[in-house]
Amino acid sequence: MGETNISEAPKNAVESSAGDEDLIQLIDMHKWYGDFHVLKNINLNVKRGERIVVCGPSGSGKSTMIRCINRLEEHQKGQIIVDGIELTNDLKQIDAIRREVGMVFQHFNLFPHLTVLENCTLGPIWVRQTPKAEADATAMEYLEKVKIPEQALKYPGQLSGGQQQRVAIARSLCMNPRIMLFDEPTSALDPEMIKEVLDTMIQLAETGMTMICVTHEMGFARTVADRVIFMDGGEIIESNEPEEFFGNPQHERTQLFLSQILGH
Amino acid sequence: MSEVTQNYVPGTHPDLPAPVGQRGLVLWLRTNLFSSWINTIMTFIGIYLLYLMIPPMLNWAVLDAVVNASSRAECREIGLGACWAFIGNRINILTYGFYPDEEQWRVNLAFVLLLVALVPILFDKIPFRKQGMIYSCVYPFIAMWLLLGGYGLTPVGTDEFGGMMLNTVVGVTGIVFSLPIGILLALGRQSHLPIVKTISVCFIEFIRGVPLITLLFVASTMLNYFLPPGTTFDLLLRVLIMVTLFASGYIAEVVRGGLQAIPSGQYEAANSMGLKYWQSMRLIILPQALKISIPGIVNTFIGLFKDTTLVLIIGLLDVLGIGRSSLADAKWNGLSNEVYVSIAIFFFVACFLMSRYSIYLEGKLEKGHKR
Repeated sequence: MGETNISEAPKNAVESSAGDEDLIQLIDMHKWYGDFHVLKNINLNVKRGERIVVCGPSGSGKSTMIRCINRLEEHQKGQIIVDGIELTNDLKQIDAIRREVGMVFQHFNLFPHLTVLENCTLGPIWVRQTPKAEADATAMEYLEKVKIPEQALKYPGQLSGGQQQRVAIARSLCMNPRIMLFDEPTSALDPEMIKEVLDTMIQLAETGMTMICVTHEMGFARTVADRVIFMDGGEIIESNEPEEFFGNPQHERTQLFLSQILGH
Repeated sequence: MSEVTQNYVPGTHPDLPAPVGQRGLVLWLRTNLFSSWINTIMTFIGIYLLYLMIPPMLNWAVLDAVVNASSRAECREIGLGACWAFIGNRINILTYGFYPDEEQWRVNLAFVLLLVALVPILFDKIPFRKQGMIYSCVYPFIAMWLLLGGYGLTPVGTDEFGGMMLNTVVGVTGIVFSLPIGILLALGRQSHLPIVKTISVCFIEFIRGVPLITLLFVASTMLNYFLPPGTTFDLLLRVLIMVTLFASGYIAEVVRGGLQAIPSGQYEAANSMGLKYWQSMRLIILPQALKISIPGIVNTFIGLFKDTTLVLIIGLLDVLGIGRSSLADAKWNGLSNEVYVSIAIFFFVACFLMSRYSIYLEGKLEKGHKR
C-alpha cells in the first residue's frame, strides 16, 4: 500500500537523514536530581528525518534525556532547542514544542475512561482546535495505518498490550508532530506483541518521521536507525551508524554492553 | 487409571449438573451458614435472636398499630401497638415547619421541580439531556423564588421554614455547592503556586478542625461582630454558607485522595500532548479522580444530610426539632418511640437512596472499562 506522508517532512526525506537542518539540538545539557548529576554534558544534534536509537544500561539517563526534550523533565544547565524554539520556563514555548513532539510511553498511558477513538481525537480537538468530524476522520485513518480500525469504539482496558501501544502511537500521530519520541515502547510487552509494535514503528520510520527511540531492541536499531547512541552514567559514550556501532564499537564500555545484550 | 477421559470420545463429554449437595440453595447453606461448628452455632443463635426481635417489632409497628385516633388515650383503646395517628396528626408541621398552609403548594412544587432538575444530572441516557442541564442550572433561582416569595408570590420569611423541608433545603444546598468548591480546594492544595496552596491548606485544616456545631454558633452569634454594624444577614443563609463550607473541606480531602490515585503517566500523557492545565484537569484527570472518589464523596454527602439536624442547636426547627417539641403536647404524651422512628425512617430513606445511586453510578462507570 502506498504510504501517505504522515509527517510534515519534505517528500524526499524517505531515505536516511535527508534533511540538512537540525530539528533538535541539545547543547551542553546537564541535569541534576538534587545532588545527583544524572545527565552530564549532553551534546546531540538531530536532523530532520533522522532516526536515532538510544541504548544503554538502566540508570544511564536515556529516558531522562528524551523526557527533557518535551519538558516532562527540566534541565538545569545548557540549552535545548526544538525546531528553532528554545526550551525555557516560558509556558507558551513549552506548549508550542509539545504540540510538535509526540511521545510514546513504556506503559502506554492511554486514557482509560475514553474510547480508543476519543483518545486519538482529544489532542486535535482541544489543542489544535480541529473540528470533531475532521478529527474523527484523521483518527480513523491513523487507526487503519496501525491496523486496528475495528477497535475504535472499545476502551483501552479491553485491548491487548500490543494493541494499546499501537493506539498510543496513533494517538501521538494524530497531532501531526514533527518529532516522535519513544521511551522503551516495547519493554512492557509480551514477545508476540513486540513484533507488531516494531513493525508499526518501522513503517513510521519509512515515511521520514524524525524519531528518537530509547529501546533494547537491537534488531530494530540495525534495521531502522541512522545513528545508534550508547549512554552510560549520564554521558553519551558513543554515537555511530549501526554497522560501525555493532561491528566496531570504539569504547570498552560499549563493547561490554553489546556483549551482554547481544549474547542471549 | 487411564489418563484419557473414560467412556467418552474426547470432545463429546456432556455437561452434567453438579451433585445435589454441591449446588444451589444447599451449597449456599453449607458454605455460608453451616460451614463449621462455630458458624453452625452462630446460625442458630442468630435465628433465635431474630425470633425474639422480629415478631414483637412487627406487632408494634404494623399489626397492632393505630392509624386513626385523636389522642393518646384513644390510641390506647384501639390498639396496643404504635400510635401512628400522632404522626398523621402532626405530619403537616413535621414536613413544612411553620410555612403558611395556603402557600405550601409552593414547597410541593419546588420539591417536584427539584426531582426533575436532578434527573439530567444523575442519569445520562435520557432524551433532551442538554436542555435538562440548562434547566438544572436555572433551578436554584426558581426554587428561591418559590420558597421565599416576592415578585408575585407572598413573601415567606426563612424563620418560617422548618421540618423535613428545612432539612432538604440545607442538605441539597450543601451537597450541590460543596462539590465544586471541594474540587477547587483539592486542586488548590496540589497547586505549585504557594499562595493558592497555603490558602487551600489553611482553609481545609481549619474547617476540619472544628465541629460543625461550632461553625453554626459562629454563624448565629459571632458573624455579626465581623460585619459592619446594622447589616442583617439572614440566619438561614448564614447556616447554608457554613454547612456548604464545612462539607467542601471534607470533599476536598476525598477528591485529593482520588487525585493521588491517578498514575503520574496520565499527567505525563496529557502534558506531552500539549493540553493546558485546566484542559487536562477537566478532560483527563478529574473524570478519573472523581470516579475513584465516588464512595468517599457519597459518604460525605450522606453524613452531611444527617448533620443538617444540628441546626436545631441554633434555633432553626428541623424535623427532629419539631418532633421533639411535639412530644410536649399533653394530648399525645409519651409517644417518643413513634416520633423518633418516623424521623429515622425519613433519614434512612434519603440516605439509602443516595447510597443506592452511588452503587448504580459506580456500576455504570465500570462497564466502560471491563473487558
